[in-house]
Amino acid sequence: MKTLNHDIWVFGDYRNYFQNRVTLQLLARAGELAPKTGGSICAIVFGYDVGEYVAEYIAHGAEKVYVVDHPQLKQYSIEAYTGLMERLVEAHRPEILLIGATCFGKEYAPKVAKRLKTGLSADCIDLDINKDGLMIQTSPSFGGNLIAEILTPNNKPQVATVRAGTFQEIPHNADAKGEIISMSIPDDLPMERVRLIRSERLPKKGHKIEDTSVVICGGRGMGSKQKFKKIFELAHLMDGEVGATRPVVHAGWSGPNTLVGQAGRQISPKILISFGISGAIQHTAALGDADFIIAVNKNPNATMMKMADVAVVADANQACLAIIKAIKEKIQI
Amino acid sequence: MLNLVVCIKQVPIVSELPWDSKTGTLRRELAEGMMNPSCKHALEAALQLADQHNGKITVFSMGPLMAEEVLYEAVAMGADRGVLLTDKRMAGADTHITSLILARAIKKKCPDFDLVLCGDQTSDSETAQVGPQLAEELGIPGVANAEKLDLATHALCLERQTDDFLEILEMDLPGLVTISPHYYVPRHVSLGGVQQAFDYPNVDTLGADDLGLDPGLVALKHSPTKIIRVYSPSTEKENIVLKGAVKRIVNELFTRFGDRIGGAMSKDLKTHDHP
Repeated sequence: MKTLNHDIWVFGDYRNYFQNRVTLQLLARAGELAPKTGGSICAIVFGYDVGEYVAEYIAHGAEKVYVVDHPQLKQYSIEAYTGLMERLVEAHRPEILLIGATCFGKEYAPKVAKRLKTGLSADCIDLDINKDGLMIQTSPSFGGNLIAEILTPNNKPQVATVRAGTFQEIPHNADAKGEIISMSIPDDLPMERVRLIRSERLPKKGHKIEDTSVVICGGRGMGSKQKFKKIFELAHLMDGEVGATRPVVHAGWSGPNTLVGQAGRQISPKILISFGISGAIQHTAALGDADFIIAVNKNPNATMMKMADVAVVADANQACLAIIKAIKEKIQI
Repeated sequence: MLNLVVCIKQVPIVSELPWDSKTGTLRRELAEGMMNPSCKHALEAALQLADQHNGKITVFSMGPLMAEEVLYEAVAMGADRGVLLTDKRMAGADTHITSLILARAIKKKCPDFDLVLCGDQTSDSETAQVGPQLAEELGIPGVANAEKLDLATHALCLERQTDDFLEILEMDLPGLVTISPHYYVPRHVSLGGVQQAFDYPNVDTLGADDLGLDPGLVALKHSPTKIIRVYSPSTEKENIVLKGAVKRIVNELFTRFGDRIGGAMSKDLKTHDHP
């Protein structure tokens, strides 16, 4: 029998949906962890006119959705959302609360954890349940050079923020059924001490490298800015995204939005093809979740070659051309 | 007069990190330290506000004794005084306990503060949690990742980028901001300047008892989170090596792994070449 107090809650961070898919990824992981805690998979949604997100979360695995739908919550408000989560958690005592490590989530989770006098781990790149039923929170530090496994043994809920791209969402199932628990907004929510004066969407950066299943990464070994264009061609051909190392971005061969390995850009593609990258730790720390890595480098001893599933010892530029040619021939029309 | 508080942290410079394998925490007393880069940006923001509004700045840091170095550096940059929070019982504090101790110290030494500034994250543990948790602990509003600050009467106007949005916010004072490194550029301080700061000491040191912390408090034990294991990311894989002529190895690549490559692209690839 399922008991309420072992539930796994996932905060519904729907801003920038469809691009932002971290909530769906966390629901998928919650679904894998729930049998070990013996609880239900729950999504928590605050906002106004959020019915479509509620339906989306149910279609992606939420068994229960707690909803506070009110015009006052139309905009993301950290103060109101913190107060609401505090009350909701105190009323239902879930075992675990997961929050996507978006900018909002990383500001929100510390406040929620503090109010609830519980622990919090940041930017997790894995979650599991140990034999005592506690959540192992795997959190990177020192730019990914060290990984810590963290427990919150004595406080509830166990709270973690999790990087986008760490887990894979389950497919949309329109027939999935979930219970929707609607709650009214409390009368005594405190006055907003932080007020949004103006908000505008920043220019679009295109498809997000964190969420794509094919990433083509290039390093200085590609040779020149001109030759680096082949990386873009291959990425386009494979319907993937371009990734680049810091030296390449500094040299202006590729834009800053393609940088992989700094500022928490963790990628988790199904396939990563890496050309001419030796494998500085700042870069490789972001690649741990790639399903399958093909690395191309003249130097068979490069770190990137050692961590690859397939290491192709060849000139990066020539191999890139040959792979483009092969794919063009092999795509069945 | 504007009463500003800046919280800074000393972080290790070295790439060789001395870890205590028993507790899973960094043995900070063995590492070479520097002021966390993002904290420097926060201090610069405070210095500019202080210049514009006749402010005074108190800088707090929690850590081992050697962390006083970054407080002297802060004084050399222009802060009015520093407060070091150091005590064996504070060692191993997670963000929950750290923010609790910082809040105690701020209430004791600067009860009439207007604004607390922190870096947006540290280069060592990278949680970005202490700032928001300190705001909670102090019972004041907080905004993370602020870029440009403008002070009005009883409110702070600030700009920030968050999740693909540019936001202009207004926050009541007293309040707390964490500063993103994009707007304020820290001023340079010569070694001589730091030396001078050491010659005219205005750095106080407080321990757990001075702060009236629970005498039974042992930060490592009372932190809600426990580090159970620390390791370097492993790179264990089957690691198949292909070498030879480029054309041949690319052919082999697709013969052996074409399904995998096609699968990721959601396309069927012809994996076998025609004769």
